[in-house]
Amino acid sequence: MTAYVIRNASILGADVADVRIVDGVIAEIGTTLDTSDVEVIDADGLIALPGLVDLHTHLREPGREDAETVETGTRSAAAGGFTLVHAMANTDPVADTAGVVEQVWRLGREHGYCDVAPVGAVTVGLAGEKLAELGAMADSAARVRVFSDDGKCVSDAVLMRRALEYVKAFDGVIAQHAQEPRLTEGAQMNEGELSGVLGLTGWPAVAEEAIIARDVLLAEHVGSRLHVCHLSTRGSVEIVRWAKSRGIDVTAEVTPHHLLLTDELAATYDPIYKVNPPLRTADDVAALREALAEGVIDIVATDHAPHPSEDKDCEWAAAAFGMIGLETALSVVQHTMVDTGLLDWAGVADRMSARPAAIGRVASHGRPLAVGEPANIVLYDPSASRVVRPEDTVSMSRNTPYRGIELPGKVVATFLRGRPTVLDGTVVDEASVEEVSA
Amino acid sequence: MRHLLSTGDLSRDDAVLLLDTAEEMLSVAQRPIKKLPTLRGQTVVNLFFEDSTRTRISFEAAAKRLSADVINFAAKGSSVSKGESLKDTALTLQAMGADAVVIRHGASGAPARLARAGWIDSAILNAGDGSHEHPTQALLDAFTMRRHLAPSGDRSLEGRRVAIVGDVLHSRVARSNALLLATLGAEVTLVAPPTLMPYGVESWPVETSYDLDTVLAKSDAVMMLRVQTERMNAAFFPSAREYSRRYGLDSRRMAKLPEHAIVMHPGPMNRGMEITADVADSVRSVIVEQVTNGVAVRMAALYLLLSGARDAATTSPATTADLTEGQA
Ligand SMILES: [Zn+2]
Repeated sequence: MTAYVIRNASILGADVADVRIVDGVIAEIGTTLDTSDVEVIDADGLIALPGLVDLHTHLREPGREDAETVETGTRSAAAGGFTLVHAMANTDPVADTAGVVEQVWRLGREHGYCDVAPVGAVTVGLAGEKLAELGAMADSAARVRVFSDDGKCVSDAVLMRRALEYVKAFDGVIAQHAQEPRLTEGAQMNEGELSGVLGLTGWPAVAEEAIIARDVLLAEHVGSRLHVCHLSTRGSVEIVRWAKSRGIDVTAEVTPHHLLLTDELAATYDPIYKVNPPLRTADDVAALREALAEGVIDIVATDHAPHPSEDKDCEWAAAAFGMIGLETALSVVQHTMVDTGLLDWAGVADRMSARPAAIGRVASHGRPLAVGEPANIVLYDPSASRVVRPEDTVSMSRNTPYRGIELPGKVVATFLRGRPTVLDGTVVDEASVEEVSA
Repeated sequence: MRHLLSTGDLSRDDAVLLLDTAEEMLSVAQRPIKKLPTLRGQTVVNLFFEDSTRTRISFEAAAKRLSADVINFAAKGSSVSKGESLKDTALTLQAMGADAVVIRHGASGAPARLARAGWIDSAILNAGDGSHEHPTQALLDAFTMRRHLAPSGDRSLEGRRVAIVGDVLHSRVARSNALLLATLGAEVTLVAPPTLMPYGVESWPVETSYDLDTVLAKSDAVMMLRVQTERMNAAFFPSAREYSRRYGLDSRRMAKLPEHAIVMHPGPMNRGMEITADVADSVRSVIVEQVTNGVAVRMAALYLLLSGARDAATTSPATTADLTEGQA
């Protein structure tokens, strides 16, 4: 296996150092390291961060290979600086058995761009009626620890209670898509001033907040671990803050798009902005940024949701919910959190690598950049900038809401256990990945 | 004016020009030969994804009186259920060279999508989209109000008080009317049970009330909106009877209106629900006249969009003077 020396990287945006990678591990960190018999990566002006970890990715395989596959989705992840993604369970068939989660996990390993940790469904077929075999998924080769019916809410209070209790046996966590279903029937966008004017059925904040409030109380009652997916409102922040202050074991995520975009974009009636939960108000965006800075919201998770063009090239009501986000996540976080002074790069590493890996109970990711640690590293140029063009995406899908927007930063290189999956800003293709690892 | 998607896009001048033009059009309708050569050679497509014979016929008559070729494209009942077919249909109409597309669609924003997605270059007229807007209905309502409440002088609706009553939440007619009437200077009060008032209505340029009786006494016009009985199954109100009792217009309530006030309804009516038969058929009711005025207003809209677009190329904007020449 090739050895590398990364030259002059700013470690977590602070001290500049060289990093030696040998056999997939960080072997040495120091200044002016010896570069004989290694490949040198010039990282002048680049920041070194631990490989990013996404707790919320839709890879679409099996079932919707017209939107994304494990291969294209993990390539997209690598391009965005990720070394581990959690693949959501709402595939077809649903990832509700050991067989399906092992299949997804194995596909990730085979392609080698980014590790894949499958998320198991909480209920059979996401139907919200009967617990899936959570233990079998936990015990499988995929070692599932995160369970979610994402796309749907586990709305039945008893089922949610049981799920929270049951996963305690293997230190699992229930990641809830908090959406009270009756309050959101036919919902199309944030319920606010604009939804009434546009004649689009509202998705009220209370439908999210009511479920989060119930779930933190359930988690407290049964002494279990709850994770809140894509939290999107100021009220939800307040509830999570309260729960944490009571010592309830709850964590929460925010998506990049909820940190940047607002519901006013719905006025275009362009469904590229249609997402679930919906884009909220500028006030919510401000609250989410503050909460992420403070740590009330623990992590950023992309909710990367690829869709084929025909699912967006239509009228708003007919369009699918969701946006792709793996390749723009770090740029959006730089723009909304770092460039605004809310978070430093060590904070970014914490929110996008260490904490998501900890919530997912994945020991080999989200590690510090230190000698002896696995060489999962991303090199990022914060001074670069680009205007986002959908046709440039590595993902198979093009449904990026940032089309035409200028975003800062660029992922220059990604290393997965010492192997480059991205070099010079380009995904290293599968053949050469195999070659390198051979 | 390139498209007519929302009355919110109309300036006061635009709106007045439309109403004045409609006035000219109405006089055409009263002549022995009801046809103008203005849009000869132009193609108007009626693209209806929802059934609405009355609106379709009104647009069809309007286009034909301007000598346009009319193609009726009823997408309802065909394999149109997924969105892509809106795009495919648009591409087809583009290939056919449609100059204007009159679209009725169940999804809010479908006309805006058609106007902006780059699928088609035609002028787009919103003939009702979901619970968003129905601009020509609002224009014909304003036109009707003007004829009754401001028949002479500056013809302004400034300060006229209009109550819009009923299922405001789901009503595209209410939205278009609220925006247009505010632009024209009228004072609008929306009256509905709180469950049928849109979220965020405080930001609209209107007053709101839950009490019909107090509003009626100071209204120059009252517009009753259709209320679907199915709404009670979604708990918007307890029963049809209770709805009628609190928000329906019967002759006892009508008596509270000032002498000159008119009663309107965009149709189709639920007689016995939001309006009683005797009120609908009373002398104060201008409901039948609204239908007649609909053709004139739609002629004006088509004329201003299509001949206006052409004139814009030669930098001369459409005016009613052009129209008078056209009639010669
Ligand atoms: Zn979700």
